[in-house]
Amino acid sequence: MCTYLTEKVSVVGSGKGANGWFKVTDLSVYFDHPVHAPFGHSLNLDFLNPELGPSYRLALELNPATARALAQAILDVLDKIPVTEEDEQQSFASDS
Amino acid sequence: MTSIHMKDQLVAGTIEIKGSGGDSIEAYYASPTGEGPYSSVIVIHHMPGFDDATKEITRNFAYHGYRSICPNLYSREAPGASPDDAAATARSMGGVPDERLVGDVSGAVDFLRSLDDTTKKVAVIGYCSGGRQSFLAACSLPLDAAIDCYGAYVVASPPEGAPLKVGPILDKAKDLSCPLLGLFGEEDKFPTPEEVAELDRTLQDLGKEHEFHSYPGAGHAFFAPNRPSYRVEAANDGWQKIWAFLAKNL
Repeated sequence: MCTYLTEKVSVVGSGKGANGWFKVTDLSVYFDHPVHAPFGHSLNLDFLNPELGPSYRLALELNPATARALAQAILDVLDKIPVTEEDEQQSFASDS
Repeated sequence: MTSIHMKDQLVAGTIEIKGSGGDSIEAYYASPTGEGPYSSVIVIHHMPGFDDATKEITRNFAYHGYRSICPNLYSREAPGASPDDAAATARSMGGVPDERLVGDVSGAVDFLRSLDDTTKKVAVIGYCSGGRQSFLAACSLPLDAAIDCYGAYVVASPPEGAPLKVGPILDKAKDLSCPLLGLFGEEDKFPTPEEVAELDRTLQDLGKEHEFHSYPGAGHAFFAPNRPSYRVEAANDGWQKIWAFLAKNL
């Protein structure tokens, strides 16, 4: 199936892709056909920076169990450390 | 170098054509090199994009004696990008608007009908999201044949909150300009067998010529040999149905 369903998230952070490190501004989360993983469908993450161009992309194709484990691990790590309000709001100087 | 005489020779490569709004867009073109006249097939790629597998399908039509062209629907969002990066960019930007799709297919039709040694007959085929777009094109443009391979959201609405610019297009069925071949999997959920049945009934009621086949044990993307969804029996029979349908209508 092509599910079409896509969740979009605004991102403040950096990623490393085929062109090295770059500023990430957008994330697409969707369950659809993978390009590389040998599954019918996968939970796909595309970290993007449309201003820099299509090749500035960090992509993951995960089976659903892995995707759930990743989501839980992220929440567990953030819950275990005292993340301050200041940490939460960090941004690039160029964005302010 | 020794000269080798070849039969069934074809040429294939990437060209530029005029698409929607007169935009220059990339397209993959394949054609037999022998004497025509030739009929043509427009291949609409799936959501994963203008990829190797779709180009192979385009060449297969040329091998079978048709001029064939696959417009890169993501030319504008991601010129020159690799197919997967282009597909990700297009998805993030909301996908391909229906109006632009029709314009791009129309540009491909104009290109094919402008060539020498042509019958001027043109069919359209699409897979997955391209299946829906093939039906859309056939309801929007004067074509000679259309093939919809498991296109979803012709009948049903996309999931709540889906950001892509697609919606049901069953109301366009009255404008279908040519015979339609539909190839579906009974195990598919997008479209479901119920949606396929509703499209079938609607076309029947409208007196539109169509031929639907739904394969048991096959789900979505059963034609794709590089994916686990591939079902050899359904795919082989489906290709036979395609060749017969094109021979009859082009």
